[in-house]
Amino acid sequence: MSGGVDSSVAVKLLQEMGYEVAGATMHLYSNEDIGLEDTKTCCSLSDVEDARLVALKLGIDFYVFGFETAFKEKVIDSFVNTYLEGGTPNPCIECNRYLKFRKFLERARLLGYDMIATGHYVTKEYSESKGRWLLKRAPDRKKDQSYVLFHLDQYQLEHTLFPVGDMNKEQIRSIAEKNGLVNADKPDSQDICFIPDGDYGKFITERNGEQPAGDIVLSDGTVLGRHRGLINYTVGQRRGVGVSYSEPLFVIDKDISHNKLVMGTAEEIFRPFLTAKNVNFIPFDTIDEPLRCTAQTRYHQQDVPCTVYPVEDGRVRVEFDDPHKAISKGQAVVFYDGEYVLGGGTIE
Amino acid sequence: MSKRFVYADNSATTKVSENALKAALPYFTQNYGNPSSIYSLGMEAAKAVLSARQQVANALGAARVNEIYFTSGGSESDNWAIRGAAALGEKKGKKHIITTAFEHHAVLHTCEYLEKQGFEVTYLPVSSKGLITAQQVEKAIREDTCLVTVMFANNEIGTIMPIEEIGKVCKAHNVLFHTDAVQAVGHTDINVQTMNIDMLSLSGHKIHAPKGIGALYCRTGINLPNLIYGGAQERNRRAGTENVPSIAALGAAITDAVTDIEIKNSKTSAMRDRLIEGILKIPQTRLNGDTEHRLAGNVNISFRGIEGESLLLTLDLKGIAASSGSACTSGSLDPSHVLLAIGLPHEIAHGSLRLSINEENTEEDVDYILEVLPEIVKKLRKMSPLWERICKTEGIEDYTEK
Repeated sequence: MSGGVDSSVAVKLLQEMGYEVAGATMHLYSNEDIGLEDTKTCCSLSDVEDARLVALKLGIDFYVFGFETAFKEKVIDSFVNTYLEGGTPNPCIECNRYLKFRKFLERARLLGYDMIATGHYVTKEYSESKGRWLLKRAPDRKKDQSYVLFHLDQYQLEHTLFPVGDMNKEQIRSIAEKNGLVNADKPDSQDICFIPDGDYGKFITERNGEQPAGDIVLSDGTVLGRHRGLINYTVGQRRGVGVSYSEPLFVIDKDISHNKLVMGTAEEIFRPFLTAKNVNFIPFDTIDEPLRCTAQTRYHQQDVPCTVYPVEDGRVRVEFDDPHKAISKGQAVVFYDGEYVLGGGTIE
Repeated sequence: MSKRFVYADNSATTKVSENALKAALPYFTQNYGNPSSIYSLGMEAAKAVLSARQQVANALGAARVNEIYFTSGGSESDNWAIRGAAALGEKKGKKHIITTAFEHHAVLHTCEYLEKQGFEVTYLPVSSKGLITAQQVEKAIREDTCLVTVMFANNEIGTIMPIEEIGKVCKAHNVLFHTDAVQAVGHTDINVQTMNIDMLSLSGHKIHAPKGIGALYCRTGINLPNLIYGGAQERNRRAGTENVPSIAALGAAITDAVTDIEIKNSKTSAMRDRLIEGILKIPQTRLNGDTEHRLAGNVNISFRGIEGESLLLTLDLKGIAASSGSACTSGSLDPSHVLLAIGLPHEIAHGSLRLSINEENTEEDVDYILEVLPEIVKKLRKMSPLWERICKTEGIEDYTEK
């Protein structure tokens, strides 16, 4: 529970369905861990206190799980490393993968609870014919969060409920108002929780020191100018690079080994294929032959047709029917069949 | 097996005793007057405050009753003593403070605050047994040292510092000596005069008085500036209408606490030793702290390969209330700075358990803990990837597989 509207309403719905519910918040970092000085106490308490208040109002037990160490290892460190290696990490996926659906679920089971419930906007269903749990997009496509849950395995799906997954924001708000959960007026969480000001470059510089400046080049090697350290740029970025050219330029690559920022035209930012690692499939364990489906390579993006080919070590090669824009190392590629999530992996 | 309830977290807080409760009750609805008022209802309250002050002074061996100041608790007393001593030092150009690396946060964070104000703080390193020596203190004292503050007993690993020797050193060098005795009062003999303690902090709720009451002993002649300004209470030194019921309860509680310490300790330490011996039979465990200079009720043991928090939650399901070091206000746990200070690696410090018992615990409680705990540790290790890794990399036979 965050104390926000989605998880608060989720608790209310579960209670109405007759579940015995307890709430829990993951404590993931101290303000000092993320470079905020204001509290020299041991925790950043406001989110925890918000959630505790909602739990009190709803009459449920409330726990705080201290997962700072795992969060630092699995999420923050991996975020920094991926960035330094030139990738564009998605820490929310890592947090779901290692914390919410692993440690949190494990802790809940240890406390004797059968299942966990989250406020994610997705739905699940059981397929008798396949003998497996399936994951689906939320009906409200604008709120759909299936992209960050492609990694769920059968055990996790079986033991997780998504009570608000098929609702829209208006329904949620009306349930919240009806039940006096007005404290649930917290804004939706934005961006990356441990970098509240959104300045990733500064966050990494504070930990790992200034990153060296270098050349900004075209793909043919023509030097256009100087960059201020590769961590300050994202593949696909157009504005704020500070070079001028006869046509709009995009960041198409971060060449870490030569410390070069590679720019290209709108045409060059499209690529016909990608490979992905750490692949998970939901309706089946693996694929042995090419799979026709759609894929998306960013959170809020229209999925596009492609073919997924199995390659060695459980990796896959994804070939798009039409070249695909701004494919970034470190982001997830997620496969769909209509509304069903087939799975996904991390782009290499 | 029927579920018992075992309270083994007396270092976190204690149950209010019958005597303390009885002492407090008349001051809620009968003698509820303000001690500063001149009519008889107020005088009754003032009498209660004075008699409690006498009781606290007696318990600490203070020379004068008016060396005792009531506060809101241990943290306020620590803040007042340290910030006050710093202000006195600053006037004389002395801006150096000596403390230890494993003090309570009320001391550590106050010292860190003073560092930002331009003070220099020496954090004495702690031995692997969790002790410091008077020699260490003596070596660290400089011309500009204005305060030595060393805890009497550590809240997590229960080690008892050589306070009398440190007091002697401080007196010889004419440096103010403060001790945070929150965990020591009622568990070991304290005499502020023979031990040369200039200032001492104590907390009510650790000795069966209510929460929100404590005291600072401050030797006559130390002109400690106020922390809280306002009315003329506590002889103008600590403003705010006195918490009369709690003060009365503290007086009763501290009187009981310092009575028959030896008898209570011998009962408690026998249970403690049985717990330690029993728990150490679990593979890959270690006792933290010292075996000799240890609070009678403190057990602190690290279990490799598990998380303290999972352990505590599972113990709670079995009706055992324990802790894993100091709990912060969220109920969530940081890796203990105390265990890191005695040199434990992060991974081991994380899987630690503190049981703090007292004479009210029973042999049956001990039996129950020794029955339940090994099974819980085994279960948690069985599901722990860290434990699996430890067994593999160190070639330890994994007993959880049997």
